[in-house]
Amino acid sequence: MDEQLLQNIPHIDEIAHHGVFSGVPAKHTGTFQDRAQRQNKLLPSLEDAVRATGLRDGMTISFHHHFRGGDHVVNRVVDTLARMGFKNLTLAASSLAAVHAPLIEHIKNGVITHIETSGLRGELAEQISRGLMDCPVVFRSHGGRAAAIRSGELHIDVAFLGAPSCDPYGNANGYSREEGGTLACGSMGYARTDAKYASKVVILTNKLVSYPNAPWAIPEYDVDYIVVEEDIGDPKGIMSGATRYTKNPKELLIAQTAANVIDAAGYLYNGFSMQMGSGGASLATARFIRQMMLDKSIRCRFALGGITGQITAMHEEGLIDRVLDVQSFDLDAAHSLKHNRFHHQIGATYYASFLSAAAVDQLDFVVLSALEIDTDFNVNVLTGSDGVIRGAIGGHPDTAAGASLSVVVAPLTRGRIPCVIGRVNTVVTPGDVVDVVVTDQGVAVNPKRPEVAGKLRAAGIRVYTIQELKDKAEALVGVPDPIRYKDRIVGVVMYRNNTVIDVIRQIDED
Amino acid sequence: MEKRYVKDRLRRSMMFVPGNNPGMIADARIYGADSIMFDLEDSVALTEKDAARFLVHNALKTLHFGKKEIVVRINDLSGGLGVRDLEAIVPAGVHVVRLPKTDSAQDVIDCEREIARIEEKHGIPVGATGMMAAIESANGVLNAKEIAHASGRLIGIALGAEDYVTDLKTTRSDGIELLFARSMILNAARSAGIAALDTVYSDVNNEEGFLAEVELIRKLGFDGKSVINPRQIQPLHRAFIPKEKDLQKAYAVMDAIAEANARGSGVASLNGKMIDRPVVLRAQRLIALAEADKMTEEA
Repeated sequence: MDEQLLQNIPHIDEIAHHGVFSGVPAKHTGTFQDRAQRQNKLLPSLEDAVRATGLRDGMTISFHHHFRGGDHVVNRVVDTLARMGFKNLTLAASSLAAVHAPLIEHIKNGVITHIETSGLRGELAEQISRGLMDCPVVFRSHGGRAAAIRSGELHIDVAFLGAPSCDPYGNANGYSREEGGTLACGSMGYARTDAKYASKVVILTNKLVSYPNAPWAIPEYDVDYIVVEEDIGDPKGIMSGATRYTKNPKELLIAQTAANVIDAAGYLYNGFSMQMGSGGASLATARFIRQMMLDKSIRCRFALGGITGQITAMHEEGLIDRVLDVQSFDLDAAHSLKHNRFHHQIGATYYASFLSAAAVDQLDFVVLSALEIDTDFNVNVLTGSDGVIRGAIGGHPDTAAGASLSVVVAPLTRGRIPCVIGRVNTVVTPGDVVDVVVTDQGVAVNPKRPEVAGKLRAAGIRVYTIQELKDKAEALVGVPDPIRYKDRIVGVVMYRNNTVIDVIRQIDED
Repeated sequence: MEKRYVKDRLRRSMMFVPGNNPGMIADARIYGADSIMFDLEDSVALTEKDAARFLVHNALKTLHFGKKEIVVRINDLSGGLGVRDLEAIVPAGVHVVRLPKTDSAQDVIDCEREIARIEEKHGIPVGATGMMAAIESANGVLNAKEIAHASGRLIGIALGAEDYVTDLKTTRSDGIELLFARSMILNAARSAGIAALDTVYSDVNNEEGFLAEVELIRKLGFDGKSVINPRQIQPLHRAFIPKEKDLQKAYAVMDAIAEANARGSGVASLNGKMIDRPVVLRAQRLIALAEADKMTEEA
């Protein structure tokens, strides 16, 4: 083959090519195990990895929240970046927890000047609600974040992703199939989106395993550098045994009613799909759904979402055919992901992004918790009755919009605080996508779904108007004084399509 | 005279609610118990008695309980607490007063006299307030028949097992220790035409044990049982709801009777068997039970 012949090929200008073949580089002849020792992505320290990524002031770094309250990665990385003198960084985490309170210092000293997250809790949330940051925190749903990352609205320069197992080339996972894996978070669904779209990806792992670390959550072609760190998380904070079913009679009553509503509305048929949000009553609904499935001899085609041991137990019982797991909530779920071949790990984009085909769009029903619900069916899961940020959006608006029937469960009152009110503090999920509200004192159906209300009534379930539920709550505990806010905006809440749906203001304690 | 209580009604579950717990009092209505029993006695510490009495008084006056029967368990009359309890709850509109530790008919008569005095004082028709008596001792069990007949206000008598087994020098086990007491109370209640109510099952996490006990008392003939946790209510009701098969049979019996009446015949038969009076009564009761269950608010 020579250049002349190449030019003589008809239509050669229209055929994509890289010129004439000119030989291959020297072939490997050593063993692959030997190669893994010499040619790999391992760097001796986090500092080396940071330097290798080319991170500069003003860039965006990202983290996942699969280690929950046991996460040591965010604090460890940001401490290091602060020591190295970085300033003015944007921290884009899939979520943040109370364990991230040390970020307060790094916000004060200018290392972190902007935060994007699904949620905030603890001291960091308190301080931000009191005006800690100049730039408002941006809150996105899991689906909204995935969409923003993919579209480039949220560009990640460097993702720092903790992984309980990784091989020398970067195939990483949330558990280890090797001996001695002491840390497990199960699915790494949220991290997969970061790994795919970030300019540079650093894996921090406490367990380097031999190539290939299959199956993997994150493939090596999405990974640039690997750092072995002894301590990336506390197993106790990451997850414990199985999420226990609640014994609280009020939560059980709400759960039983929610299951009755789903059945009456016609969504419990052979081959249905479902998701249970976190929270005592929504998790407990699974228990009543299970009994109904046994009574009716029906099966669930798939269960989606944050997966708990209750869901995997039903899978192992043969009641649920497939489990799609973006995040494992407990050790039983992580164990099932490792051992059950139809327990399948999915990424945030496929879970909930509105820009792509998403699993949430195939849901028959979802059961979701709420801090507050208003008479327009808007739901708040982000700010407490004192106006302080104390929660996370999670997949709330994504699943509510995607599911054919979204059921929001909450007690009518919490202590002396009414949960069904005139106007929620913060609109997180718009009432347009909330179909049924189930409280301990009654059920309300969105007027947009008259056919659901009709079916519930036909099944003997008393349906109240949402206004009647609000009146009942007020008759019990009265009307609380409005929360006092200052004008300053400390948080921006995005709907799942990344339009701004509400703002959170600084609380007024003067 | 308008009575506050209904003598014959569905009483499968009677839920204990501590009288000094505002949250539980406010929520008591939502769990679907047939009767709610606010307790001023054993679940309230001596230092809390006044607060509980005040709280229950106000709950009776301000909260809405729908069609539920509202019972208050008072302290016994011997120490003075019981009378003060009555002074607070009778004017506030309690449906049924539960007298604890009833050893003799005289205990019922003494309590009734106090209730009548308070009713009169507050312009309430004398006799408007119902009563029930809890039997919790060997003496009480042996006097069960006299107790059950001691007042026209009595809607039922109940077994209080914890004190009773202590009195017997035994403890609660598989139910054999309560067989005599349960049989005595049941027969006494039936002889007086009032309800027989069983004691609590206190291991709330043992649903299997609870259901076994429910099955036992249902077979014996009890109307229902006290519960200490809302989680026990639905399993209890399910056990008492007539089976569909039995219900169909009951309807068939009633149809056969109606048909025989239409023919002017005094003798009805079903599947070649003559239907006698007890069969008709059982069928009527079964249908009434099923219909009463449908009528309950939260069904």
